[in-house]
Amino acid sequence: MGDYRFLDDVALADCAVEIEGQSLDDLFETGAAALARLMVDPATLPITTERAIVLEAPELDMLLYDWLSELIFLKDRDGQVFPHARARVTGEGPYRLDADVRGGTIDREHTALGADPKAVTFHQFSLHFADGRWRARVIIDI
Amino acid sequence: MKLTTSLRDAAQRVDECVWQIGPEAKPGMLVPARIYASGTLLEQMDDGVFEQVTNVACLPGIVRASLCMPDGHWGYGFPIGGVAAFQADTGVISPGGIGFDINCGMRLIRTNLTEDQVRPRLSDLIAALFESVPSGVGAQGFVRLSPAEFREVMVQGAGWCVARGYGWPEDLAHIEGRGALPGADPDQVSDRAMERGRQQLGTLGSGNHYLEIQTVRPGAIADAHAARVLGIEGPGQVLIMLHCGSRGFGHQVGTDYLKIFDRAMKTYGIRVRDRELACAPFRSPEGQAYFGAMTAAANTAFANRQVITHRIRKVFERVFSREARGLGLEVVYDVCHNTAKLERHVVDGRKLELVVHRKGATRAFGPGGPDVPDDYREIGQPVIIGGSMETGSALLVGTARAMAETWGSTAHGSGRTMSRTQAKRRVWGETLMQEMAQRGIIVRAASKSGVAEEAGFAYKDLSEVVETLRRVDLSRPVVMLTPIGNIKG
Repeated sequence: MGDYRFLDDVALADCAVEIEGQSLDDLFETGAAALARLMVDPATLPITTERAIVLEAPELDMLLYDWLSELIFLKDRDGQVFPHARARVTGEGPYRLDADVRGGTIDREHTALGADPKAVTFHQFSLHFADGRWRARVIIDI
Repeated sequence: MKLTTSLRDAAQRVDECVWQIGPEAKPGMLVPARIYASGTLLEQMDDGVFEQVTNVACLPGIVRASLCMPDGHWGYGFPIGGVAAFQADTGVISPGGIGFDINCGMRLIRTNLTEDQVRPRLSDLIAALFESVPSGVGAQGFVRLSPAEFREVMVQGAGWCVARGYGWPEDLAHIEGRGALPGADPDQVSDRAMERGRQQLGTLGSGNHYLEIQTVRPGAIADAHAARVLGIEGPGQVLIMLHCGSRGFGHQVGTDYLKIFDRAMKTYGIRVRDRELACAPFRSPEGQAYFGAMTAAANTAFANRQVITHRIRKVFERVFSREARGLGLEVVYDVCHNTAKLERHVVDGRKLELVVHRKGATRAFGPGGPDVPDDYREIGQPVIIGGSMETGSALLVGTARAMAETWGSTAHGSGRTMSRTQAKRRVWGETLMQEMAQRGIIVRAASKSGVAEEAGFAYKDLSEVVETLRRVDLSRPVVMLTPIGNIKG
């Protein structure tokens, strides 16, 4: 499992997060965990749902953008949050993501709610490989 | 954010509360950047504001200047508090100049009730409102819309709601654009946006969105005549303020078109300094499609605030055992602060059609204009500025100077000085709620951590923002409003 940390002093009204992974798969999985942590306390979310997600994008960074955007979309359409993901990124342009996600429907009686993300922004959006790890910076509109 | 060259130092004072950065400060700037701020507010602005307001000055077709209001702070693409106008025929439209929460806005509702009458039932009132107006992540609204009905909402906005009993006919006259902006095109909205937003009509959202019960404290009225025209009688009166937008529907429209514009820029040979400033010529197929979808989202936001108003009236009727009309629950005004609109303004003596982007900035049309409601025309269009949930909000009116200098635009809030993460580190949500209760402000929130993020210390001093607006004459203060109850997502 990679690491993520929420940043101070960046786009004050929104949420900036740095995500790191040992591999691209790891980074995408960690990104899902970071996004879920932003929305709820995962310990209070009943894990009852599994879902397969397949995405394709012409560029690698757009695949990450689409991945996080898809998870935000599912939060609004189905009221579901997915802290756990198994991701496989393949291709050399276009790129493809095959992900299996596990999570559940927000239970408003018991789930500790966090923020309600609106969208992934392009501001300072980056994905690159450096010092042996994949790294991404994402600013999420809250 | 550390600047490689200090754009902050390049800001020259050109008037008491007006600062200008010349086009020579950054390669590609087509016009100057102008920041409206007192010395104190300028000092509090993060470096991101200076970077972003000058980035906007580089966009094709920008007219006169890139503007930033006194509550400006670092956003994405445009700064929050950013205003820019582009020639409709030769300029661009940019989703980053509007924000994902299309037509996020404010609505103020008056009552005949006094704080003395409300205070004994305040806990019940706040609890009932919290139950009746869903808030927070994952919330769904009570209006069930078929796809065909949702398309009607996109075009008819608040009028659709009034026609179905969610409001009073006279509400519409007190909403910007009568609650339905022209140009909405549901055919330009994706199925995903429809799916995402169809169940959310009547929901508040989270973040800085809120429903607040407020009162007028002695000495809070700055303009007694304008206050009377707006239905503010005097100290002790209770009002209701609402801050929310187009919810997931607007957010998805923004997401869809940001990607479309990211690609379209290659087609049109446009380069921008921040990818979030992705844009396309307004008259291009992409520009027109986005304008149609964005306006559809804006109208849905008016409908959202209208439906919530209906719910508020029902709660007041239940709690106070009187009809809402008897309680005087009339809409004072409803105004957007995240939009792009086609407007005609005078430039160098000629009336031009402009695409005016306001991102975290409020329309503030001055007295006499046809877009100001008949009953407010002599005083100017009401401007509602939300402050923090601890310190209060302000009602102002637009001015002739705003029309002449800022395309009839003004501030929208007090502006953050601290990130959400920093605020949560300083205080626990529950602790803050207890402290506020001791000060007479009852808070109910779907997310306790969200309360901490919105603590008063995370925001600039609203009175400094309002005083700056008075000094530069972009808006005229009418009354300051003090919170006594707040519902948050």
